[in-house]
Amino acid sequence: MTSLLPSKPVAADRIQLAHGGGGSLMHQLIHEDLLPLYGESPPVLHDAAALARPDHGIAFTTDGYVVQPLEFPGGDIGSLAVTGTANDLAMAGARPQYLSVSLILEEGLPRPLLRRVVASMRTAALDCGVAIVTGDTKVVERGKADGLFISTSGIGVMEAFNPIGPTALRAGDALFVSGDLGRHGLAIMAARHGLDLQPPLLSDCAPLWPQVEALLQAGITPHCLRDLTRGGLASALQELAEAAVLQFRVEEAAVPVIEPVRRCCTLLGLDPFHLANEGRFLVVVPSEQRAQTLAVLHPRGGAWVGQVEEVATGMAPRVLLATELGTERLLLPPTGELLPRIC
Amino acid sequence: MTATTAGMARQLADLVRRPWTLMEVCGGQTHAIVRWGLDQLLPDAVELIHGPGCPVCVTPAACIDLALQLARRPEVILCSYGDMLRVPGSDPGDDLLSARAAGGDVRLLTSPLQALDLALLHRDRQVVFLAVGFETTAPATAVLAQQVLAMGVDNLSLLVAHVRVAPAMAAILDNPANRVQGFLAAGHVGTVMGLAELETLVQRHRVPVVVTGFEPHDLLRGLLACVQLLEAGQAAVVNAYGRVVRPEGNVVAQRLIDNVFTPVNQSWRGMGVLPASGLALRGDYRRLDARERFAAGEFVPPEPSPTASPCISGQILAGLAKPPECPAFGGACHPHHPLGAPMVSSEGACAAYYRYRGPGLDRSGST
Repeated sequence: MTSLLPSKPVAADRIQLAHGGGGSLMHQLIHEDLLPLYGESPPVLHDAAALARPDHGIAFTTDGYVVQPLEFPGGDIGSLAVTGTANDLAMAGARPQYLSVSLILEEGLPRPLLRRVVASMRTAALDCGVAIVTGDTKVVERGKADGLFISTSGIGVMEAFNPIGPTALRAGDALFVSGDLGRHGLAIMAARHGLDLQPPLLSDCAPLWPQVEALLQAGITPHCLRDLTRGGLASALQELAEAAVLQFRVEEAAVPVIEPVRRCCTLLGLDPFHLANEGRFLVVVPSEQRAQTLAVLHPRGGAWVGQVEEVATGMAPRVLLATELGTERLLLPPTGELLPRIC
Repeated sequence: MTATTAGMARQLADLVRRPWTLMEVCGGQTHAIVRWGLDQLLPDAVELIHGPGCPVCVTPAACIDLALQLARRPEVILCSYGDMLRVPGSDPGDDLLSARAAGGDVRLLTSPLQALDLALLHRDRQVVFLAVGFETTAPATAVLAQQVLAMGVDNLSLLVAHVRVAPAMAAILDNPANRVQGFLAAGHVGTVMGLAELETLVQRHRVPVVVTGFEPHDLLRGLLACVQLLEAGQAAVVNAYGRVVRPEGNVVAQRLIDNVFTPVNQSWRGMGVLPASGLALRGDYRRLDARERFAAGEFVPPEPSPTASPCISGQILAGLAKPPECPAFGGACHPHHPLGAPMVSSEGACAAYYRYRGPGLDRSGST
């Protein structure tokens, strides 16, 4: 069949408003730049994806991605948008299955950059085991967006059948983190503020499902899973402590932080427990599963970091940090945007 | 490190015979002390009080008000260090981040020379660098000033609020209500300024001064040296941060400061005007003064709020009180709504107590 559309309508290496106008330029954009999102078997270009119904329940989540710079050491907005949403599903105990992708492009966005982001989304989707099954693209005028915004929604199939969340937490539960903390937040900060770290720190952006699956396959029944994104470990713990009306005690020396992250934090006046991670999560398990959990997580870089306690009499739910010196302090969430300090 | 630290804390307990009140001058040291809970390890006889060594905190509100006003001008790109961006001026709800949200072009720098890059990139705009910090950051501002003049860049100016540490230490000792019997001096400033200024201070005021670092073992080493001097009845300068600080300091950096700046009386937020405690541009470099370029003589600072503030930040900065003793601490005053200088920057003493000990359920410091 011969297409009625011109094979090469307009050569343009930057996004123009017409790329979102529904005409031939949009057709060209979809076919040249965006179809790689869907891999080997592109979906029928239709208004909705028809999916098979899974045997068990599903988890459903959505997230928006607005990171700057769009590309950073160890990832880009595309890998983040796919991995982040897949990871949210994993935190519900669901195997990530399907993703939708909505792109908002700013007029003037270089198309080679868009193509790199799309390729990286494709790679991330393969890594996460998800199929991108439907999508949408809009173009807005220059100045109305910051280059590229991405929204993704995801559907996962439930594979954990005990309740996972703050209400399942109990005093005595053991706390674990799945790996060393702070790399992503610091990599972004370095890229944003022109800090020339040598060697550069790479984002930890990675799928979380493989570790969750390994925990479930080992018979572990996590009381809570929480990805340690914005606000880092400190925010995640404080939110959980308040929601569960419990106290957490964390052994500072037990929390893995690699030396370059530790040093940069000292230099910039940052707390590694405040930094965002995109490939790390908190696992809370019943105390009797502590050894088993460690056996699964330790070979993958994870560590036991503390325990859940009853709230002390007269005290609010809080997170206590036991230092290496045998002293204690509170671990509070960051108060706002993390900014490098003067000296 | 743990064993060393515990050992040093025991040594200190064995050494001390009488109660002593020591001040760590630098905000970074205050943070390390509260962060590590070092005060929980000290014998009761040794009391640590926290000094005014947070340059962001002590930057006068009027200077920030002026920066806010400049940031709202369409031709201006206002830039400064990260922690300066959320320090409010006279209005507790107004800071440079708010100015940015309201449409101002406010940029965060990690080096003053980035301001020069901005000025060269935006020749049609006026770049203003809000230059804050002690003698640690003043040399970098001086390098910027020299390059701007040498290159004839006409769209970059400096709003200078640099401060000097030694005159502030002298002012604390001159206060009739002073309780400080010995200082842990700021290690980073020592790196630049060396020991000479501190020798002068010791000769005049007869108190021991120990140049001290920032790690727990550094701080304990400084404390040990200071208490040793006090117990022996000696006033002297001791360098307990010898792995970093040389007696003569960084002579090149000192020359840069001397070439570009001259000492002036300077207002410290919460403490008032301290003699010769600030740095102003000198000679030709005065052409770079943002106050003159923008005819800031016309600038009228906003009226201070008429309501009496319960904040006791002046006493905290002078070492006369500690953050939890303030009636406003954790209530009316918190990091999102600071009433006084030590809460405004993350390096301030009140901010340190808030961050590591919470808004005030536990005022003793122990948990």
